[in-house]
Amino acid sequence: MIERLGWVLRTLLSHWRRHPLQGVCLLVGLWLATGLWTGVQALNEQARDSYDRAAGLFGEDNQSVLVSPGNQPFDQEYFVTLRRAGWPVSPVLQGSVTLNGPDGAATRLRLTGIEPLSVPEQGSVVGTIQQVDLVGFLVPPGRTWIAPDTLAELGLSSGDTAQLANGHALPPLQSLAAVPPGMLLVDIGVAQRMLDQSGRLSQLLVEGAFAANQPPLPEQVALRWDVRDEGDLQRLTDSFHMNLTALGLLAFIVGLFIVHAAAGLAMEQRRGLLQTLRACGTSLRLVVCALLLELLVLALVGGSLGVLSGFALASLLVGDLAASLRGLYGAQVAGQLVLDSQWWLTGLAMSLAGTLLAGGSSVLKAMRMPVLAWARPQAWRDAQARSIRRLAIMGVLLLLVAGILIYVGESLLTGFMLLGCLLLGAAWLLPLVLSLLLRGGRKLARSPLGHWFWADSQQQLSGLSLALMALLLALAANIGVGSMTEGFRLTFTSWLDQRLAADLYLRPESQAQADSIEQWLSRQPSVQAQLPSWQVQSRVRDWPTEVSGVIDHPLYARRWPLIEAVPGAWDQLAQGRGAVISEQLAYRLDIELGDAIELETPDGIWTLPVLGRYADYGNPKGQLLVSAEQLNQRWPGLEVSSIGLLVDEAAISDLVAGLQDNFELGGFSLIDQAALKRYSQQVFEQTFSATAALNTLTLGVAAVALFTSLLSLADARLSQLAPLWAMGLRPSRLAWLSLAQMLMLATLTCVLAIPVGLALAWCLVEVVNVQAFGWRLPWHWFPFQWLTLAGFALLAVLLASISPVWRIVRVGPTQLLRQFAHNA
Amino acid sequence: MHRFSCLFVLLAMLGLAGCEPEQQSVDAGFAGLGEQAEGFTEVSPDRRFEFPADHGAHPDYRIEWWYVTANLTDEDGREWGAQWTLFRQALQPQTPLEAEAGWNSAQVWLGHSAVTHAGGHKYADRLARGGVGQAGVRVEPFEAWIDDWSLAQARDTQGQDSLSALSVKAAGEDFSYQLNLTADRPVVLQGEQGYSRKSEGDQASYYYSQPFFSVEGAIEWEGQRHIVTGQAWLDREWSSQPLAANQQGWDWFSLHLDGGEKLMLFRLRSTDGSHYYSGTWIQPDGETQPLAPGAIELEPLDETTVAGREVPTRWRLRIPSRAFDVTTEPLNEQAWMGTTIPYWEGPIRFGGSHTGVGYLEMTGY
Amino acid sequence: MLEVSTLTKSYQNPQGPLQVLNGVDLRLTAGHTLALMGESGSGKSTLLHLVAGLDQADAGEIKVAGTSLTGLGEAARAAYRRDRVAVIFQQFNLVPSLKVADNLAFQARLAGREDTAWLALLAERLGLASLLDRYPEQLSGGQQQRVAVGRALAVRPPLILADEPTGNLDEHTADEVMTLLLELVREAESSLLMVTHSARLAARLDRQVTLSAGRIVGDSLP
Repeated sequence: MIERLGWVLRTLLSHWRRHPLQGVCLLVGLWLATGLWTGVQALNEQARDSYDRAAGLFGEDNQSVLVSPGNQPFDQEYFVTLRRAGWPVSPVLQGSVTLNGPDGAATRLRLTGIEPLSVPEQGSVVGTIQQVDLVGFLVPPGRTWIAPDTLAELGLSSGDTAQLANGHALPPLQSLAAVPPGMLLVDIGVAQRMLDQSGRLSQLLVEGAFAANQPPLPEQVALRWDVRDEGDLQRLTDSFHMNLTALGLLAFIVGLFIVHAAAGLAMEQRRGLLQTLRACGTSLRLVVCALLLELLVLALVGGSLGVLSGFALASLLVGDLAASLRGLYGAQVAGQLVLDSQWWLTGLAMSLAGTLLAGGSSVLKAMRMPVLAWARPQAWRDAQARSIRRLAIMGVLLLLVAGILIYVGESLLTGFMLLGCLLLGAAWLLPLVLSLLLRGGRKLARSPLGHWFWADSQQQLSGLSLALMALLLALAANIGVGSMTEGFRLTFTSWLDQRLAADLYLRPESQAQADSIEQWLSRQPSVQAQLPSWQVQSRVRDWPTEVSGVIDHPLYARRWPLIEAVPGAWDQLAQGRGAVISEQLAYRLDIELGDAIELETPDGIWTLPVLGRYADYGNPKGQLLVSAEQLNQRWPGLEVSSIGLLVDEAAISDLVAGLQDNFELGGFSLIDQAALKRYSQQVFEQTFSATAALNTLTLGVAAVALFTSLLSLADARLSQLAPLWAMGLRPSRLAWLSLAQMLMLATLTCVLAIPVGLALAWCLVEVVNVQAFGWRLPWHWFPFQWLTLAGFALLAVLLASISPVWRIVRVGPTQLLRQFAHNA
Repeated sequence: MHRFSCLFVLLAMLGLAGCEPEQQSVDAGFAGLGEQAEGFTEVSPDRRFEFPADHGAHPDYRIEWWYVTANLTDEDGREWGAQWTLFRQALQPQTPLEAEAGWNSAQVWLGHSAVTHAGGHKYADRLARGGVGQAGVRVEPFEAWIDDWSLAQARDTQGQDSLSALSVKAAGEDFSYQLNLTADRPVVLQGEQGYSRKSEGDQASYYYSQPFFSVEGAIEWEGQRHIVTGQAWLDREWSSQPLAANQQGWDWFSLHLDGGEKLMLFRLRSTDGSHYYSGTWIQPDGETQPLAPGAIELEPLDETTVAGREVPTRWRLRIPSRAFDVTTEPLNEQAWMGTTIPYWEGPIRFGGSHTGVGYLEMTGY
Repeated sequence: MLEVSTLTKSYQNPQGPLQVLNGVDLRLTAGHTLALMGESGSGKSTLLHLVAGLDQADAGEIKVAGTSLTGLGEAARAAYRRDRVAVIFQQFNLVPSLKVADNLAFQARLAGREDTAWLALLAERLGLASLLDRYPEQLSGGQQQRVAVGRALAVRPPLILADEPTGNLDEHTADEVMTLLLELVREAESSLLMVTHSARLAARLDRQVTLSAGRIVGDSLP
């Protein structure tokens, strides 16, 4: 039995030796599908792992904490007071430090100081430390725990010591996998020293069960309840990752189109072989076993290649991804790809499932095939025509579902379902629409050759429809996503121009520094105005929100763009009679103009009517502008968080130099408008570079699909062309006709892809973006972009057609004659 | 004396108990603990105690404790036991100043408390860093505390020892207590003027007690408040050397005799069967007589299965030279402290040549 | 050797059921050769397919070397096709992706009866020895049919079935192939049931049976 299976398998596989290109196509399809999908999944996995590490630092997702009302560091006496009152609290001090690597490059890292004996330990990183080396951590010189990936990025290794930019030397570094990327974990005492915050804490962790109903604090403890924001990362970045996943899935499906085409062709060509096998005494079960085994081998080979290149792809993109996540969400994602075996296995399983899906129909066909075969091409063609109609009906149904989803959909998931329905529905309608167009062309044809041209194109359609669908999908996705990104870029740039009204932005390190800077600035004649602002991190109905206090200055009314506002919004704001809020906050909480927002402050609830709404692109958190005076009244002791300066243009560089000399403001503490714009645009570009790369690859995959299909048709093509040759047409003429046919079909597909792409763009801008980010972009048209894309698509089609067409040119009379002999 | 147990508890908490050798290679800091031990002050026989200073912490010694056990009776005549312990462990030798220098302190504090009656036994523990005020011991006015547990001087003792009027409180899940302790006699030095040998070799500790407390207070048990009175015993002990390598556990008794005498007895069990015995006979007036190792006979009578282990909960204790021959019975044989390193600790009653109550601690089972 | 009794078979046609075999009785003794003749649609190919186990009869019984085909499942019929019979088709039905040598050994390998010496002899006798490394498409029609003959004989089955084996060949080649086939059948000690419409070829076999409208209408045996 095993031996027999071996012979059957060998016979089946001998087909690929004779048709290597077909085998390559199938493998390439699998390879691309698996590669793109696993690549995207690797990126998501990487990010998720990083979030989990950040969120799991203290064991619980929504770790309750106590912070000072203005989120400033506070005296550690509060910790002792609470412990002595029986509260299970643990001190934490966090801050940013700059670390000078061995190559001199400065890296900004988050330094977290913990007290390992009191920290809530269930399942936390800290719990792990307790088991690893608690005494080493506690006893001088102590330890700096750091994620292995971050350690590698810094070019350092365990046991090294490192110097911070502020002159302090870190305790010896020790790598620990569970530490979040970009973080240095030290003992609380070490953190206070490194950050020059002796006796100060930034938050107190509270044991989950105790914090569950947030008991009131003792009177002398001026802290407030909050929740650690690391747990929010998952929520804030969800939409970002969903976008990536959707793209990966699209690429996977387009790849499977290739597999389907190649597997179907191989089955068609092996009909006779299968019948001979059966006639010579191979049972159906054995044949099916062998076919499945063959698929398995192909899936494993293609899948392995795919998973490997997925890893490579992800390694290439992970830097961009980490940068954009850091820029957009402040989320730290490890820049070094580390994946567990489960990811590899899932990739292979996905490839296997995809192969079964794409190649399973051909195995089913083999199962239904009788031993005594009567080849009935006409019947097959009838079936194809029927399937075109059936596909079209399903396509229309999907488009109907899409229409319904526009009205009833309310979540990001339904948004993506809408995209799926739209794309798949349009793709399934394509063969019918093309077939109708070709029928129309036939009616217009005058010459017999023209007549043949249209009729033959229509016949080709059934074999090419899958590839054309893939082309439509890829093009539409490119147009849609391209329109959205371009539109976003335009809006974002002009918005930045308006919004960054001040010429210089600076962030004082302390209130004392802010005061002396203010004094210094007031003596500078080139400074036209100072716009200080104060910030409080808070929550509005559980959504992380930043409350920003601004002073009364005419610049806001002039330069801060409001999407909609009540009359005299800025004046009312200055008088403390309300707030203007960011578009995404308004969307998330379903707040309209005139509604009231309730803010929790140290001295009770602050009710603020909404005076206006403004765009705040790229900020995942909500934002709220209020009067600075009012903010400082409600949150006493707030420190200035930033100062915007209006400066005579000519004096900017002198002023910057003066500030740097007098106050040692460096890095992001002092930034001019141009640099800030550059930085923002860089974040933007990084965000979409992964998308753009995936998009281009999808188009490439579609071209390969087309190539495969053309190749598969090439044999049949000869027998269709042979009669024309016999009737006196030269092979080169036939080749040109074939090429023209291909380009005509591709052009029609491109033309049809444009409206589909626009519909997709509309869905992205009006539905998905709003759901994912909470903002709506103005609509833009980009005809040049469509033309470029269509041009690229036609070029791809041309490249895909060259080899099959060349075969027609090169074909000799013998081979053409044989077409008659075989048909006899 | 009890209570080398705490040493092991701490060592285990801090990953030092030696059961995970692969982690020793992690770094020199841990392996260096042996070297650091060199830096700790050693216990020697010629030290003179000074009070109240010696009631406070001795951070130049590796390990130290403040240990209270109380035998109590409530208004319904029901018997209770209460335990309150604060352990100190130094991760490296420090001067008292360094030990209080904020987070730089290398002192780790551990609290254990328990309440026992015939029908139940509850316990709790606490862990804290020294130096910032979460846990510690202050000499004047005396207070030993960890979180919201404390053992504190209750009032100005007017020239008397500061330990003679104490208030002790602790709370755990479903239990808490607050007891007032008063003593009218000075503390009692154990061993040779407070130098208490733990083996034939070098192992020893400084050890003094206040066994003459009378107690009144209240115990809250599952929401029910019980007014209690009775007697208590306080132990103070500090040392730098762990047990000898072959000592695997011990059995320790503190007994309040109905005639007013107090008796402390222990044996350290060696793997080779050569146990080390020690004890002190304390007259009602506070006069002490050390008992030579050969003068003490401790014989386990019955074993009880507690937390899956066989623990001898009934004992026959004999000191032939004093015609002392009693049999002890536990108030609750399940008085198990299921802490990191678990041990048995609970109130007992005894009868025979003498009658009375006391506490028994057994480790290493 | 072969016993066929009261065999009936009909096919479903758009115009209704079509009776192809209508109670056929036939016996063939071991080592004998038999030509099955008749007009197109007389049912001779259907009879051959039924005997080959490629299709199932409606009623009646087929016994080959004592084994009845009635009620055999798909797997058992596959085993029967592999071990007991070998079929030579008019279209040769070679495996295009396998070399001549592999095509020759094809069924023998499936049956687990590869006999290198016998295969070498067959290749020699069929004039294929120098063509073993070629692919079928590189051979002429006569050569391809010789490969098909060789493939059937390589198994040395008790019964060889041939469906117009020379129908695609010219007269000269057909005679050559026929001669070889008959010689080798004798050497392999097999029986042969051959469908043909050529009386000239049929005459070279031991016995001739004629079918018409699904019944036997003539038999050279009395």
